[in-house]
Amino acid sequence: MSTTAVGKPMDRVDGRLKVTGAARYAAEHDYPNLAHAVLVTSTISKGTIAEVVTAAAVKARGVAAVVTHKNAPKMKVPEPFGGEKPSAGSTTAPVLNTDQVFWFGQPVAIVIAETLEQARHAAQLVRVTYQEQPANLTLDSAGKVTTPKKIMTEATTVEIGHAERALKAATLKVDAVYETPQFNHNAIELHATVAAWDGGKLTVHDTAQFVFGVQADLATRFGLKPADVRALAPLVGGGFGGKGVAWPSTYLAPLAAKVVGRPVKLVLARDQIYGCVGGRPPIRQRVAVAADKDGKLTALIQAGRSATGTTNQFVEQFTFPARHLYACPNIYLTQETIALDTCPPTFMRAPGECPGTFALESALDELSYQLKIDPVRLRQINEPDKDPTTGAPFSNRKYQEALALGAEKFGWNRRTPEPRSMADGRMLVGLGMATATYPVYRMPGSARVAVSADGTAVVQSGCHEMGMGTATAQTQIAADLLGLPVEKVRFELGDTNLPFAMVAGGSSQTISVAAAVSAAVAELKGVVLKLATAGPLEGLKPAAVAVRDGGLYRTDDPASGESFASILQRAGRKSAEAKAEVMPGAEMQKWSMHSYGAQFCEVRVDPDFGTVRVVRFVGAFDVGRVMNAKTARSQFLGGITMGLGMALLEETHRDGRTGRIVNADLAEYMVPVHADVPAIEAYWVGDPDPHTPMGAHGIGEIGITGVAAAVANAVYHATGRRVRRVPITPERLLAAPRDG
Amino acid sequence: MAPSDDPDRRDFIQGVTAGGLALGLGAATSADPPADVGQPIPMKLTINGQDRELQIEPRVTLLDALREVLHLTGSKKGCDHGQCGACTVLIDGRRVNSCLTLAVAAAGGQVTTIEGLAKGEELHPLQAAFIKHDAFQCGYCTPGQICSAVGLMAEGHAKSDADVRELMSGNICRCGAYPNIVAAVQEVQQLAAKENP
Ligand code: FES
Ligand code: FES
Repeated sequence: MSTTAVGKPMDRVDGRLKVTGAARYAAEHDYPNLAHAVLVTSTISKGTIAEVVTAAAVKARGVAAVVTHKNAPKMKVPEPFGGEKPSAGSTTAPVLNTDQVFWFGQPVAIVIAETLEQARHAAQLVRVTYQEQPANLTLDSAGKVTTPKKIMTEATTVEIGHAERALKAATLKVDAVYETPQFNHNAIELHATVAAWDGGKLTVHDTAQFVFGVQADLATRFGLKPADVRALAPLVGGGFGGKGVAWPSTYLAPLAAKVVGRPVKLVLARDQIYGCVGGRPPIRQRVAVAADKDGKLTALIQAGRSATGTTNQFVEQFTFPARHLYACPNIYLTQETIALDTCPPTFMRAPGECPGTFALESALDELSYQLKIDPVRLRQINEPDKDPTTGAPFSNRKYQEALALGAEKFGWNRRTPEPRSMADGRMLVGLGMATATYPVYRMPGSARVAVSADGTAVVQSGCHEMGMGTATAQTQIAADLLGLPVEKVRFELGDTNLPFAMVAGGSSQTISVAAAVSAAVAELKGVVLKLATAGPLEGLKPAAVAVRDGGLYRTDDPASGESFASILQRAGRKSAEAKAEVMPGAEMQKWSMHSYGAQFCEVRVDPDFGTVRVVRFVGAFDVGRVMNAKTARSQFLGGITMGLGMALLEETHRDGRTGRIVNADLAEYMVPVHADVPAIEAYWVGDPDPHTPMGAHGIGEIGITGVAAAVANAVYHATGRRVRRVPITPERLLAAPRDG
Repeated sequence: MAPSDDPDRRDFIQGVTAGGLALGLGAATSADPPADVGQPIPMKLTINGQDRELQIEPRVTLLDALREVLHLTGSKKGCDHGQCGACTVLIDGRRVNSCLTLAVAAAGGQVTTIEGLAKGEELHPLQAAFIKHDAFQCGYCTPGQICSAVGLMAEGHAKSDADVRELMSGNICRCGAYPNIVAAVQEVQQLAAKENP
């Protein structure tokens, strides 16, 4: 394969659609006779519904139906996500088929009317009363505490040597507790589903990161064959994990459509998303690290508790980064969950690695001051030669290269080591850094490739575009595999009528789909070769032929061959196609496969008001070969930006009495806005991983990892105040004790 | 049909009157608004240079009129509360949150949406610059960002990158395309300044 297109900073193939307003997202699909649905949601966290009074709503102008647990058709509850079969089950709560309330904001009624205004008005006329029970709402509540049997496929507890003993024996050490609150994804596109029945067949346009999961979920709920459910999501307005499973609105829209016998559109209001879609759970972690006087780690402990739901078993794997980053003879890692009566938590950008690196990388920074060793140097000293907990060789670890690259681009050497030693006028200046990391995940994938007699190609896979640039990168990959110019290749995605793809999660999509496209192109070679019954390719076996320059060429005589178009034309065919399905290999068992990075942050802190401004941020990454330099950079920028929000702004606040989220809107749940975000620079090492398809790694999530720690470390450097709880608000900063 | 013959309209007017009186007397329970509200009224909007006649309820926002009635779905809904900027359109050249504007209040003005910026196949310079600088990812905030940037340039206050950041802060991009948006806006602004000093 020649890499003509791969790696280039190509403009997005869907860019024109997106800048002209022609791009259509889920809620923008129209059907004749479409009705609008609005949800009524619970105002308690736990209990039973005593009464639902719908008379006024039913009578209101334009109302077609009001659906409650009293009159809703029964639905079967599917397996939760993560089981054997593809499933996108978000929670096992039988929403709208029960009088039980499991969390604040749970849907308890649907109002369907001719217009959105009528449905919204009538929804306000529904009166619900409850028998309330005490709810568990915090990490310290009486919720059920569980040590999970496994976390994904890994053991929950990892123990090497005697970490507690080594910690006790050490004199240079840190032993501290770090906290992260609940965060919410807040993709700007509201969760929405348009559902239309055609007899026993169902079509949904959904804000989904996993159309095949939605298909499976709806098929089970409504007792249909999966083939009778079509889920579409070719464009998603941001997901970040929040659209990874089927939240209740995804099946309540088809339920409503069934009841009224016409197509229904259901769009959640912004505040409803906080109650109908899980966020990142709150986590409290203890991290203890010790080192000898040369900076070599002697003990590493990370243990803590994350929240989960009473109707799911989500485990945020925050101890995962510590399993692979640093050499240390004594390691102890473990975690437990506490089940809360809140909307069940879910994946949010870099689940595990994001909060895990906040705690771990903050603790290492604290240790560096004790050791009087530069934080970058500390991470050089503890570079492992094999995976520190599994013992597996690294597939292609280039962390030190990323660290050096970042330090140089950032100008780390201008940093003076003492806290409060740098200033700009009355502003305190701080420079901090932290490690970023994210695993390489690969999932099953399939793709279809068709070449046409007019010289074009269409490549299809039911994967997802939510801003990552999926169609663009896969167009580049397919163009190079086929030897065609990118303009001749079209990539189609986000539809269960296309070949199967997994959830757009775990930063796994690029390589999972690329492997399938590559296998489909290999299949296509055989298919087209059979049509070459005359000319230079006649009678050759596939092994004697290579795909190149938009056609097939002899390997023994590279000049001799024929284009796909010409073979097809001669054979009197319009097109030829092939499909392939590829499972991930055993590479993840054999190698320790991860991406790495180093995040560098400069802050200005007002010493009197405790306000923190990030003035510069540099991230340098080791992510294998980059598929598109332009969209890759955007992914890093986006991850870093969300990390800045986590560090300084974002927190989901819950009223401890009722469980109501009190800042369920974009004014009070503060996400970074233009004025919060400085110039950000992103660099990458670019060394292809020999053990992944295309030599690539996923890049959607690593950008957020380590960012909050880099900010917290810069804030400490500026102020001598260590804040172990994000977001670092002025009040938290000024309340923290001051060193130096 | 004459307005007075329309029972719904009569009920609506009576409802409003009764509600108003009841409010004055402090006798209404705010929990029980009149059940029969929302009588459609005719209105005329000018959108992207075209006159459009609508028959919609007075409570319909400009955003919902665009998206749900006229099927001009380029303007996006991200919050419906004036907090995200995804719904930004231009009315008489000024940027407004269409979710906070009743459609009826836009009557008589020139509404420009993202669909009205390109001249046929030729993109508006900001649209082209957004593609070049990859000033979006999912694209959902993008129509609002671009309309807002058109308004920003017309206002003429934003000179430095910091000015652009400050004056574009009503447009949230959760994908985090901010540095690229600033680059795109600055390139177009500076080019425009060179051409029309
Ligand atoms: S939808 Fe209007 S500001 Fe968010
Ligand atoms: S591009 Fe996704 S929100 Fe801005």
